[in-house]
Amino acid sequence: MHSDPLVIAGKTLSSRLIVGTGKYANYQVMQRAHAASGADMITVAVRRVNLTDRSTESLLDHVDRKQYALLPNTAGCYTADDAIRTARLGREAGLSEWVKLEVIGDERTLFPDNAALLEATRVLVQEGFVVLPYTSDDPVICRQLEDAGAAAVMPLGAPIGSGLGIQNRNNIQIIKEFAGVPVIVDAGVGTASDAAIAMELGVDGVLMNTAIAAAQDPVAMAEAMKLGVVAGRKAYLAGRMPRRRYATASSPPEGLVTGR
Amino acid sequence: MRITLNGDPYDLAEPLTIAQLLATLDIDPRGVAVEHNLSIVKHVGFDSTEVRSGDQVEIVNFVGGG
Repeated sequence: MHSDPLVIAGKTLSSRLIVGTGKYANYQVMQRAHAASGADMITVAVRRVNLTDRSTESLLDHVDRKQYALLPNTAGCYTADDAIRTARLGREAGLSEWVKLEVIGDERTLFPDNAALLEATRVLVQEGFVVLPYTSDDPVICRQLEDAGAAAVMPLGAPIGSGLGIQNRNNIQIIKEFAGVPVIVDAGVGTASDAAIAMELGVDGVLMNTAIAAAQDPVAMAEAMKLGVVAGRKAYLAGRMPRRRYATASSPPEGLVTGR
Repeated sequence: MRITLNGDPYDLAEPLTIAQLLATLDIDPRGVAVEHNLSIVKHVGFDSTEVRSGDQVEIVNFVGGG
């Protein structure tokens, strides 16, 4: 395939698919799924070290950092302060400036608190972070995040872990039209066609975790997602035919054998 | 002396550096991040930063997430 890399903040990613590390049955399945996905960036969460059980294996023992760039997240943070604190810890643990910034506003939907997200983005950009905020499928907040210095904007396709697919295609398309930074659809993908649809809308990439990790066969689904993203991207670049409400015949009307 | 470690009370016989505390806890300093009284301690500061009575320490690492 000709070179069509995703470039975020000057970093070139060969894959437009970014995948998570959560919810896998074990690290072996995770590693095989990562390999099958073709991704070169993976998300990780920042949590307190388990002090009582030191026998538990470390995630980083199962991630080849030469192959995968780490994208620490601030998942589970409900205030700008907590997200900023978690981002700083993630930077120390991973020795990278990149952060997938989440500030959650509601427990049931895990929808973002966009006011707090904007505030945290401003602070972290000031501190030299490469901020990739998870946000609503709202063109206005995406533009505000970009103005605040976000390196990409990551609107949700549907609630995190819902697998519902892209709920508001029109908004995602408008976000892409407005954006001067890469747009990554983050969350909501359920299966490969959802990833393809996101890419067909023109976005620059897709980030997912549960759709792969919670599939019956995560390794096979990871490959399906890779292909879905590639197919969607190619279709977008190819330029789809216009939609019509009525049929137009594919075969010529002339020379038809008719009558008797 | 008592400190707060990852949100819970924790007793130490004497003040320790972050590096000594990690060793006591059998934690590999690679891949962890440490916050001491709400400030990040860079890895180069693990040997020079001392934890005293009443201090608040957070030790985090990466876990699976999306």
